[in-house]
Amino acid sequence: MNEPKPGVMILGGRSDIGLAAAHAFARAGHPVMLAAREAQSLAADCQDISLRYGAGAQAVEFDVLASSALPEFAGAGEAPPGIVVCVVGLMGDQRESELDPAAAARVMRSNFEGPALILGLYAERMAALGRGTIVGVSSVAGDRGRASNYVYGAAKAGFTAFLSGLRNRLARQGVQVITVKPGFVATRMTEGLDLPRALTAAPEEVAEAILHAVERGRDVVYVRPVWRMIMAIIRILPERLFKKTSL
Amino acid sequence: MGMQEISGWGRFPRRFARVAAPHGEAALRAAAGGGGAVARGNGRAYGDSAIGSAATIEMRRFNRILAFDSSSGRLVAEAGVLLSDIIDVFLPRGWFPYVTPGTKFVTLGGAIAADAHGKNHHCEGSFGAFVDWIDVLGADGSVTRASPASNSRLFEWTLGGMGLTGIILRAAIRLRPVESAWISQKTLPAANLDAALAAFETAREATYSAAWIDCLASGDSLGRSLLMLGEHARAADLPPAQRAAPLQAPLRRKRRVLWNAPSALLNRCTVKAFNALYWRQGLRRAGESLVDWDSFFYPLDAVLGWNRIYGRRGFVQFQCVLPTQSARAGLVALLSETSAAGQGSFLAVLKQFGRGRGGLSFPMPGYTLALDFPATVRALALLDRLDAITLEHGGRFYLAKDARMAAASLHRSDPRAARFQAMRRKEGLDTAFASAQSERLLL
Ligand SMILES: Cc1cc2nc3c(=O)[nH]c(=O)nc-3n(C[C@H](O)[C@H](O)[C@H](O)COP(=O)(O)OP(=O)(O)OC[C@H]3O[C@@H](n4cnc5c(N)ncnc54)[C@H](O)[C@@H]3O)c2cc1C
Ligand SMILES: NC(=O)c1ccc[n+]([C@@H]2O[C@H](COP(=O)([O-])OP(=O)(O)OC[C@H]3O[C@@H](n4cnc5c(N)ncnc54)[C@H](OP(=O)(O)O)[C@@H]3O)[C@@H](O)[C@H]2O)c1
Repeated sequence: MNEPKPGVMILGGRSDIGLAAAHAFARAGHPVMLAAREAQSLAADCQDISLRYGAGAQAVEFDVLASSALPEFAGAGEAPPGIVVCVVGLMGDQRESELDPAAAARVMRSNFEGPALILGLYAERMAALGRGTIVGVSSVAGDRGRASNYVYGAAKAGFTAFLSGLRNRLARQGVQVITVKPGFVATRMTEGLDLPRALTAAPEEVAEAILHAVERGRDVVYVRPVWRMIMAIIRILPERLFKKTSL
Repeated sequence: MGMQEISGWGRFPRRFARVAAPHGEAALRAAAGGGGAVARGNGRAYGDSAIGSAATIEMRRFNRILAFDSSSGRLVAEAGVLLSDIIDVFLPRGWFPYVTPGTKFVTLGGAIAADAHGKNHHCEGSFGAFVDWIDVLGADGSVTRASPASNSRLFEWTLGGMGLTGIILRAAIRLRPVESAWISQKTLPAANLDAALAAFETAREATYSAAWIDCLASGDSLGRSLLMLGEHARAADLPPAQRAAPLQAPLRRKRRVLWNAPSALLNRCTVKAFNALYWRQGLRRAGESLVDWDSFFYPLDAVLGWNRIYGRRGFVQFQCVLPTQSARAGLVALLSETSAAGQGSFLAVLKQFGRGRGGLSFPMPGYTLALDFPATVRALALLDRLDAITLEHGGRFYLAKDARMAAASLHRSDPRAARFQAMRRKEGLDTAFASAQSERLLL
């Protein structure tokens, strides 16, 4: 008899990437929990996942911006989930973020503050147990701020740095922290954008990359390896040159 | 909603179309609300049936399995669920679709909208025979549940209605209990058309039957075929190695065609050589064998993207059904014309049909022949002649394969088409739902 697989909490469970991840983990035998706003609307997805894979699937109400409720959320249950995957994010509209501080703050809080706080809380519990896995879905947009989306990018950069620090801190305490940078993904977030096909992953591809990274204990994952190169080049462009580009 | 170049499986014709892949019913209603919309399943229809006139609504996000009753085998699922998913999930539990087309990469909605047939049509009927109900989003944005007992007109017109009666959101279908993932196959070579038809008649009791037909053979060999019969293997009939886990069959290796083949690769000689080779191999393998479900039902699915072997120009398929009494004469005429034109087809399939159903559903008692050709000027001209032969013999055409037929041919072949058109006009469906195909065929 195999040991039962650890449960997976998916924060942002309604997103295309989050749902695809739920399917991938459930197919591999993990029970999954989908955390999202208006969780009751995920009932059919939970039913679908349990019918398909025979793994447990439930939905739970979650708002990453409800800061004061986060400790209670992360503290629920006798033990923390074995794996926590955070795919919460908000692209926002760059121009709106430039004009309206409230809109910018929402992008910053949804991509950085909220995800960092909730994963920090889970990390504490996992560290106390001496095991657990945390996956943060960040973005290549955080690798260098660009005119077209630097508010979102800056928040993702903050999240990437947070995950890096968390990984560094917990490496010797049995807790694995994984940063996933998907590159372009064809999801609701990017609907209607004209994305280059060769650089655009399907949500299922991101989900497989996440599962693979958890099983292999990876640290930083670029879903399509070509992105690691693209971003390396973008990062080393001298500022004098970079500031004149429109990428 | 973005503009995209899309096509059917034959990659001919291609059209720029507005495509949306809505999340949830509200978004779907909004995307379809502007009129001229048609649903798109997995794009396996060959021609232009899943290209909307104003809006193409991709159903891939409606892909949830909603309920399964393991005592009756009744499955409720959203229309965008693939048959391959249904098999992946339910075959290990002892269930298989009652009716399946020759590829498992079709959606539930697509199989219903085309009222797909399988190798068991002669005895078990079409996909629709195992549909208990469907939920259809209509012209006014409301959802109607239709079944043979209630809203039966909508039910019948939607089966085979090619997306033109509304958008199927979900359906309840029945699955077949099976003991194993294996098929006991019997291969019978038939030296010519008469032998093939006789073999079909003799094999009426077989659950599955279909023949590969060498459409380049001529003279005495005209219509030479390999008839393949199949039965779901009982667990007790399996060799010991398979009996331990009867519902598990080995996964086939997938190959993928990544590039469009240069047009020169597929010419008369290569096709003729391929057909001759296939025939000789078939002779060698004649007799009984045990094959896994995937190889038996879906030989082509092993090569992902095989539609690219016809190159950039794309290809077209011809599929008609001829009524039993004129089938022999019609087939001789069709095959002679094809063979004489030297426009051999890689895949030529002959199959017997049983009783048909109402609506616009394609099958009727008789024989169906499917051929495919590169989309060249010469082949397109040949197809017009094949249409004429079919009409002369009282046959009709499969809309899921059609990409180029003239409206007059459809309407001459099938008086139901005019009734369908009138019904659409009366119900306001003609402005709400339209595809490139429905405009071409005046449906
Ligand atoms: C290799 C191959 C083998 C095949 N073998 C067979 C065979 O043996 N027997 C057979 O019958 N067919 C066969 N087909 C044809 C195939 O079964 C049909 O074309 C089927 O409709 C394809 O399903 P799809 O999901 O890809 O639909 P699409 O190709 O996307 O759409 C087909 C039609 O269905 C409509 N439709 C799709 N989804 C919905 C929905 N939710 N609501 C309303 N309308 C909808 C579309 O508007 C369109 O008119 C074969 C096709 C291929 C490529
Ligand atoms: N798509 C891409 O190209 C791409 C590229 C790189 C990185 N990413 C990242 O991948 C992740 C998933 O994105 P996606 O593309 O799948 O888009 P998405 O569907 O917009 O996903 C964002 C998810 O975050 C959730 N969310 C936003 N604010 C929330 C809040 N306050 N509380 C709880 N949940 C909240 C959303 O929930 P609701 O469903 O309730 O709105 C949604 O599920 C994001 O972190 C995104 O930044 C995406």
